[in-house]
Amino acid sequence: MAYDKFNILTSTAVPLPLENVDTDQIIPARFLKATKREGFGDNLFRDWRYNNDGSPKKDFILNNPIYSGKILVGGKNFGSGSSREHAAWAVYDYGFRCVVSSFFADIFRNNCLNVGVLPVQVSAEFSEQIFNAIYDDPNTEIEINLPEQTITILSTGAKESFDINSYKKDNMLNGFDDIDYLQSMKSDIESFANGLLL
Amino acid sequence: MSKTLFDKVWDSHVVRKIEGGPDVFFIDRHFIHEVTSPVAFLGLKSRGLSVLYPERTFATADHNTPTINQHLPVEDPLSANQLKALEDNSNEYGISHWGLGHQKNGIVHVVGPENGITFPGATIVCGDSHTSTHGAFGAIAFGIGTSEVEMVLSTQCIMQPKPKKMRINVNGNLSKGVTPKDVALYIISQLTTSGATGYFVEYAGDVFENMTMEGRMTVCNLSIEMGARGGMIAPDETTFAYLKGKPLSLKGDAWDKAVAYWKTLKTDADATFDKELTFNASDIEPMITYGTNPGMGMGISKHIPNAEAVEGGVATYKKSLEYMGYHEDDAMIGKPVDYVFLGSCTNGRIEDFRAFASIVKGRKKADNVTAWLVPGSHEVEALIKEEGILDIITKAGFELRQPGCSACLAMNDDKVPAGKYAVSTSNRNFEGRQGPGSRTLLASPLVAAAAAVTGVVTDPRDLL
Repeated sequence: MAYDKFNILTSTAVPLPLENVDTDQIIPARFLKATKREGFGDNLFRDWRYNNDGSPKKDFILNNPIYSGKILVGGKNFGSGSSREHAAWAVYDYGFRCVVSSFFADIFRNNCLNVGVLPVQVSAEFSEQIFNAIYDDPNTEIEINLPEQTITILSTGAKESFDINSYKKDNMLNGFDDIDYLQSMKSDIESFANGLLL
Repeated sequence: MSKTLFDKVWDSHVVRKIEGGPDVFFIDRHFIHEVTSPVAFLGLKSRGLSVLYPERTFATADHNTPTINQHLPVEDPLSANQLKALEDNSNEYGISHWGLGHQKNGIVHVVGPENGITFPGATIVCGDSHTSTHGAFGAIAFGIGTSEVEMVLSTQCIMQPKPKKMRINVNGNLSKGVTPKDVALYIISQLTTSGATGYFVEYAGDVFENMTMEGRMTVCNLSIEMGARGGMIAPDETTFAYLKGKPLSLKGDAWDKAVAYWKTLKTDADATFDKELTFNASDIEPMITYGTNPGMGMGISKHIPNAEAVEGGVATYKKSLEYMGYHEDDAMIGKPVDYVFLGSCTNGRIEDFRAFASIVKGRKKADNVTAWLVPGSHEVEALIKEEGILDIITKAGFELRQPGCSACLAMNDDKVPAGKYAVSTSNRNFEGRQGPGSRTLLASPLVAAAAAVTGVVTDPRDLL
């Protein structure tokens, strides 16, 4: 699926300092019944965001107009649990282009990279600095520089570099996905398959 | 060079290594279901791609299917639409489809092994994190996202960096009333839900060697709950005996040849792991969870730990207990139970029903408990009847439902109401997992049975 290219993103950020945020919270299973990739952002964090009657829960961060932006800053072990790519779609569809955490669950991280959301893993200390900076001033901007692989808190100048493998980095910079690559090597795949026992 | 079991299977499936990037990884067997495949097929269509090897993909409907009156049309239009999409897409691309009502229909991770689709040394994926189940056969099996489902359909490959390797040894003998589910919940409680993230696990030691295939599947199934992409157990005579004669297993000379190869699939004596952990079987008692992730589990006779005693953030921990309506230092024994769920890809196999029956036999379901007993497949359902288990549970006041994922993720009508407590043999106790506001206590089929007949959390050893 095509997604927007990612280069340098400068934005305010939304803090969600809870640990072990699982994909059932990011999007509950009962909202996985679509057969198209549309509208998942409306149900992002559905049960934390809305009461049963559909009214917004005032104390949830996404309902607080003070915080907004294209970056979601989560706590440790973000995205654990189910492999549902719908969780990454919901994050993207809501308008986030980057999720920052001190630790990501594997499948969620992979899914993000496949749908155009950049997962940026930072140290626990830097994660704390980001939360503090946002709480001090919700208008604090964060710069995510993919070519340089750095994340900077612009108000304090604090900066850290992050890892991403060069293949995935190239994909994100150009808006490519893995299917483009795999299609280009189909004859290699077919000769490999021909050599298999089962 | 010495290799682990994981290395042997992984390395033999790498089509190409990308410098500074992932491996192009070949997939032998691919399972699809109604929830995570429709958008992958849409992707294929929009790119004008075909399915490269339809005979390597198997479709089954399980996630949102009803568990009663399966002969009637599915009432929920959205679920019906997804089931129709799975059927239409399978037909269009020549993929075998075991839809609702088909005699082979059931939970993907139950029907795959029982039909011999799963085999040692295979690479197996599905858009479902509990695909790790198939690792019980010495396969590399893990969950993928929908973009990757599209990749497998169109090229039979995905692009994956090779994970690190961890070995978890459990030695000694399990005590009475301690099941494979307890072993897994114990390991997760020791590692936390992120303790194995970035790793692929091999389970080794007496406990796994002595386990049945059903038990091994339960353990490997739960690998994802400690963050591991998957877990595997070296194939042995137990594995071969299980697979021999299954509908899609190899036959004759081809079988013998395969077994000779499968016997080489074990970790070399001097191979090394990035991390190795060892536990004693005698330290494990029947387990139960008290919080909102599978790492928040403990021996059923223990008290809920203090926030200061656990690893991780105090705020997150307290929020979790608040959701559950529990307090630090509470005992779990005697806590009220409203629902009991026996089933899921974790514990929906015949052995789980045998265990449940062993406790409810000659007893009665507690009046305050609503129980959902959901077999993992029609084959499990048939065995339940054949072995006389249906008689036992019926006499005890229980009903048997029809196969599916059911209350594990509550996509169908099997939802635990807000605020109610469910002792569940499934795999996740996340907030709202079994229905908005539901509260889940993960446990073994024995603990579930003990709760079902007493109406409160009960140590199953008292009833055995």
